[in-house]
Amino acid sequence: MTQPAIEIRNLRVTFAGVVRAVDGVDLTLAPGEVVALIGESGSGKSVTLRSLMRLHPPRRSKVEGTMTVAGQDVLAMSQRALADYRGATVAMIFQEPLLALDPVYTVGEQIVEVIRRHEKASKAEARARALELFQKVRIPSPERRLDAYPHEMSGGMRQRAMIALALACRPKVLLADEPTTALDATVQIQILLLLRDLQRELGLSIIFVTHDLGAAVEVADRIAVMYAGRIVEEGTARDLIRGPRHPYTIGLLKSRAEGALAKGSRLDAIPGSPPDLAHLPPGCPFAPRCPLAIDPCRADRPPPIPVGPGHTARCIRTDVSPTLLSPASRSDAAPA
Amino acid sequence: MSAALSPPEDRGGPAQPLLSVKGLLKHFPVKKGLLGGVSAKVRAVDGIDFEVLKGETLGVVGESGCGKSTTARLLLSLIDPTAGEIVFDGERVGSRALSLKAFRRQCQMVFQDSYSSLNPRLTIEASVAFAPQVHGLPRREAVARARDLLARVGLDPRRFAERYPHELSGGQRQRVNIARALALQPRLIILDEAVSALDKSIEAQVLNLLMDLKEEFGLTYIFISHDLNVVRFISDRVMVMYLGKVAEIGRSDDVFSRAQHPYTAALLSSMPSLDPDNRTEVAPLAGDPPNPIDPPPGCRFHTRCPLAEPVCSAKEPPLAVTDGSHRAACLAVQPGSGHSLAPPAAGSEMAA
Ligand SMILES: Nc1ncnc2c1ncn2[C@@H]1O[C@H](COP(=O)(O)OP(=O)(O)OP(=O)(O)O)[C@@H](O)[C@H]1O
Ligand SMILES: Nc1ncnc2c1ncn2[C@@H]1O[C@H](COP(=O)(O)OP(=O)(O)OP(=O)(O)O)[C@@H](O)[C@H]1O
Ligand code: SF4
Ligand code: SF4
Ligand SMILES: [Mg+2]
Ligand SMILES: [Mg+2]
Repeated sequence: MTQPAIEIRNLRVTFAGVVRAVDGVDLTLAPGEVVALIGESGSGKSVTLRSLMRLHPPRRSKVEGTMTVAGQDVLAMSQRALADYRGATVAMIFQEPLLALDPVYTVGEQIVEVIRRHEKASKAEARARALELFQKVRIPSPERRLDAYPHEMSGGMRQRAMIALALACRPKVLLADEPTTALDATVQIQILLLLRDLQRELGLSIIFVTHDLGAAVEVADRIAVMYAGRIVEEGTARDLIRGPRHPYTIGLLKSRAEGALAKGSRLDAIPGSPPDLAHLPPGCPFAPRCPLAIDPCRADRPPPIPVGPGHTARCIRTDVSPTLLSPASRSDAAPA
Repeated sequence: MSAALSPPEDRGGPAQPLLSVKGLLKHFPVKKGLLGGVSAKVRAVDGIDFEVLKGETLGVVGESGCGKSTTARLLLSLIDPTAGEIVFDGERVGSRALSLKAFRRQCQMVFQDSYSSLNPRLTIEASVAFAPQVHGLPRREAVARARDLLARVGLDPRRFAERYPHELSGGQRQRVNIARALALQPRLIILDEAVSALDKSIEAQVLNLLMDLKEEFGLTYIFISHDLNVVRFISDRVMVMYLGKVAEIGRSDDVFSRAQHPYTAALLSSMPSLDPDNRTEVAPLAGDPPNPIDPPPGCRFHTRCPLAEPVCSAKEPPLAVTDGSHRAACLAVQPGSGHSLAPPAAGSEMAA
């Protein structure tokens, strides 16, 4: 078996001693695999990605468990090894490229700088690489655009520039935190296709955080659904869209606006609010909102239950959960 | 409750548009060239006219950078227009009858960026209670209202009221912004990508909430979003913008099922398929939008339009009625425009 690109075991992240933002995440990615991470706002998706980059300040947070990326133990790394690791092994892109790009340097200068920080390359060599990267992410008139400042670019072009910057040191893993949320549909699909091509061409492993199931389906091999700091369901994109088994995933699929029949009808939102991460209930954290909850649900944390090949759900009632998919909601899970 | 904070009254009656925009134009001066010598202007909003009817939701969609947020900021008088007029319930904004201050109270906005729009030093309860206090509501009442609104946007005040913005997730912060916009009980709320950072379940809750509040308080919304499914669901009418201009406007169902403008058609077919076995292989619209400093002559879309003909770069299409209240700025659907696909002109039909 080949070594996984990412292996996360029982990752737990605590803030201020009480907020359990991530509460036992397990996730494995093969080289070249794309996993979409979806789920409740505040469920720990961004915190998981930031943990993989080791971006949480140690004074204010506690990170436990193990994370191995391309064979390297992330939590054991020295500061020096970390500086190398960020960029050359794993790189991250965000929703808002303006937060990642420095407004006072041209995009070209920033890429050159990143390359030269990691490798022995002359300015000219680094600039040639930057140009190559701009071509790879398909920025029109790349030569000229290398000399542009971030604010002189459109939203879509800035996102491409950030992807180019992230790829500058040939990382093996790309972490993408809602990279297309701020983009319109025509540009979003271009970026999604670009990510898919880069994955094929460079063999990148990608964790792609999104709220848009459509976007997840366009790029991901597998989908993992997070709720209250854990992955509650995981499977191929096809299985998750066509045959979701965790009641939260089912609720998520049913609440989409494209499922709504008539204007003025209400959306099928999951009732209640997300759990308090500082005071998680002892059993299944979804129990207070779950239409199928029974007493045993409140006793212990449900373990991942296999429900199909490579498909698991942390729910003790997966035998009856498909009943939550009423006929109407089934049809809306199919393409419109 | 303080009289200063009861909802403002309807003046012109239901038939009068709440907002009427004429010839709205915003050109940002920018320095061009290395020494900053030559000055140019970004034609962010380049002459648009539209109305927002009382009690409706007008959806606004279009490519990044086409001027949606600039339009929103112009409507709120957060920036001054280069030209054009904004009339709110019959009164010109900034006139003696409707001062900027009186107008601003009636019109609130929820921004795209949840980080920069909250004060990092205020608890979220204090943030939501802030504006009502400035407008004269006693502190206790303002706090009670803030807690009620936080509960209504799905943030249990017992857990969240005392938190600071950095202690919230992106989606949680955005719900605080929505609560804050509602705190002054405005008549018009402009939502600029207000739900795009939320997960689908919270988004559904917030959309349901927005619909309830609209009903309860007789609100009118301008809803800017990249999520076409959501826009279709929530909007009565939709306005499609391209490079500072209105490309198409009409009833939501008409625009989504019978798009008249080729840009709208490309936008709609860019929606992800949601079918793992039939993923999108080719992006329906290639390339980037032209530079708004120097937009193409004639129809602005001609550099990327699959239906472009020579006439399209010679003649700028007006925003003209195609059927009923549906209007589009495309020569291919305008009788007698000279485009080969144009329907015959009404006059020539009679002559024949
Ligand atoms: N620095 C911090 N201090 C305290 N709590 C934090 C901190 N950062 C995040 N949290 C909390 O951790 C939880 C997980 O946050 P995270 O940003 O990972 O959510 P998310 O899944 O990315 O949500 P969204 O979809 O809204 O972006 C949230 O409840 C958040 O309030
Ligand atoms: N203060 C400014 N100075 C110069 N140019 C500006 C300024 N504000 C906006 N622009 C430009 O005006 C155009 C319209 O920007 P706007 O933010 O309105 O677009 P948008 O439609 O909201 O895009 P998005 O979907 O990405 O939010 C863009 O080309 C932008 O770069
Ligand atoms: S374990 Fe019980 S409460 Fe949790 S999701 Fe399954 S049925 Fe619902
Ligand atoms: S006027 Fe011409 S270029 Fe413009 S949208 Fe219509 S067909 Fe295309
Ligand atoms: Mg996040
Ligand atoms: Mg905008």
